[in-house]
Amino acid sequence: MNIHEYQAKELFQHYGVPVPAGHCAQDTSDFASALSSLPEGVTVVKSQIHAGGRGKGTFKDGFKGGVKLAKSKEEAAEFGRKMLGNTLVTHQTGPEGRKVGTVYFTEASEIEKEYYLAIVMDRATSRPVVIASTEGGVEIEKVAEETPEKITRVVIDPTLGLRAHQARQIAFGLGFRGDQVKQMIKLLNGLYRLFWEKDASLVEVNPLITTPSGDVVALDAKVGFDDNALFRHPDIVAYRDLNEEDPKEVEASKANLNYIALDGNIACMVNGAGLAMATMDIIQHYGGSPANFLDVGGGADAEQVTQAFQIILKDENVKGILVNIFGGIMKCDVIATGILEAAKAVHLDRPLVVRLEGTNVEQGKKLLDQSNLKIVSADTLADAAKKIVELVADR
Amino acid sequence: MSILVNTDTRLLVQGLTGKAGSFHARQCLEYGTNIVAGVTPGRGGERFEEKVPVYDTVREAVNETGANASVIFVPPAFAADSILEAIDAEIPLVVCITEGIPVKDMAEVKVKLQQSKTRLIGPNCPGIITPGQCKIGIMPGYIHKPGKVGVISRSGTLTYEAVWQLTSLGHGQSTCIGIGGDPVSGTSHLDAVKLFNEDPETEALILIGEIGGTAEEEAAAYIKEHVKKPVAGFIAGATAPPGRRMGHAGAIVSGGSGTAEAKIAAMKDAGIEVAETPSHMGEALLRVYRG
Repeated sequence: MNIHEYQAKELFQHYGVPVPAGHCAQDTSDFASALSSLPEGVTVVKSQIHAGGRGKGTFKDGFKGGVKLAKSKEEAAEFGRKMLGNTLVTHQTGPEGRKVGTVYFTEASEIEKEYYLAIVMDRATSRPVVIASTEGGVEIEKVAEETPEKITRVVIDPTLGLRAHQARQIAFGLGFRGDQVKQMIKLLNGLYRLFWEKDASLVEVNPLITTPSGDVVALDAKVGFDDNALFRHPDIVAYRDLNEEDPKEVEASKANLNYIALDGNIACMVNGAGLAMATMDIIQHYGGSPANFLDVGGGADAEQVTQAFQIILKDENVKGILVNIFGGIMKCDVIATGILEAAKAVHLDRPLVVRLEGTNVEQGKKLLDQSNLKIVSADTLADAAKKIVELVADR
Repeated sequence: MSILVNTDTRLLVQGLTGKAGSFHARQCLEYGTNIVAGVTPGRGGERFEEKVPVYDTVREAVNETGANASVIFVPPAFAADSILEAIDAEIPLVVCITEGIPVKDMAEVKVKLQQSKTRLIGPNCPGIITPGQCKIGIMPGYIHKPGKVGVISRSGTLTYEAVWQLTSLGHGQSTCIGIGGDPVSGTSHLDAVKLFNEDPETEALILIGEIGGTAEEEAAAYIKEHVKKPVAGFIAGATAPPGRRMGHAGAIVSGGSGTAEAKIAAMKDAGIEVAETPSHMGEALLRVYRG
């Protein structure tokens, strides 16, 4: 789960990590009070969406920049009015963009130098790793490729936590001296505690800055969380912004279905994540385009299958459906019954190809064949994919 | 022959009396797996299906029954602790089926695991089966057939797909191992490849991977250098959009790494026969293995 920058900075402050003073507003009527406690002069106005590249983004009405420097509070409020409720398109949002529901006003910081700092769970070592670089404000992937020597990586033993010598290694690795080393160690300890205590999957500060007066400050903040651990963090779940999620995905998650919307026209319903991905792949292999990823899980019942159909059919781009079930524990005749019930309940108006394999497959196929619904049955995964691609192409 | 599990396996079920545990334990018993004990704290002294004794702790169960493998069906919030309990009792093989364990919990388990003699398979996996001998997990037993092909995969149903293709083509399996879809897990593709390579009765391998991480590349590099046995492969997720978690917590393409293209290229470079679609995994193997 991802959260907004202003929420991440709330957490930063809670863990003693210095951030520029700031206040957010969800309504233009709150702008005055949000701005009142900030110092006079230059103010930064930041659109809050869960996507990067905001500064270089463009709003749908042509207004440029999702992050703006305002010379006065009046100008800050004016920028805020243009952003709020407007749709921002960045290189990470896709062409549909994201609607801005919150504007964040912060004091402007004087920057001496920019750095990059992140803590992530490293798959190769199965341990948290701190990544720091003297090249801030740019994409870390680019730095890693072009100038890997500018990156310091420190792997942390999760049973020991971030040790003092490791924090020093990072601070000195970034070239800090004197009091800035102390500030950096305190900041690192705060970020690591946040990462660990809140089950974060990523804590990223880009840029981390030093100011001319010698302060070390987190200018931006990005935090993502391990979905598997949300059950023990109600405070983090409260940060969830449903406006940032596809409504079909929100509905699916309520029904305990694993659904991700894509931009193709062949919907698929599969049991198991690996087979669901493979089904998308084979649709594409035969010239079609998958409309979604949907894993109904190992124990889906008729009700869940019905809900899955309802979600799939809400996507107007969908011109056909492929159901691919490898019945193991889940028996094919039970699945077939679920499909028939669902097809009746949702008034199925688009071609449906069903491929069943596994336990009780013959009974399952018989049930589908005996129904008067237009269901095309398929024998193998390849057969199913070819059939649905052809049916969709004919429409 | 086989790897890791056979007729000598004496299985303990952690979470035996729960809904998932009891259902799947019954299926394993029917398949012929030798389940010697169950553990559910507070239910010690009971008997499952009127024959399998239930204990309060893993240590007690091992001492009383000589269990040498454990399978875990415990809810995600408590599963990591169950793995640690099995490690403490020095069980050589632990298979964790549970899906949804926090990554942080598994990172701690992994440290402990590295200091122990226990091998962990999973979590978030279908389990391991040596056809005709021992089934530990949730896979449908009847699709398997004893034979000489080793199958390695992260996913459940995609593994069944490969196994069923092999069986339909007349080829049995030595052992099928589902290593699980989580980013932090006990056994990697590479670990499984090494075990199969050393098993004299495994003549060929099917290696199924998916997007995310670099485990498939590492296995491919090893195969290129050390494995003479024919290997076929498939990578799921070529059509997945970057940055999205595709069901499995580990299946995510981030920052240009973990892509299907890179994995397929590594496989081809290692001489692995890559199936063009998931419907052709068995056929791909038969192009390089006559049996």
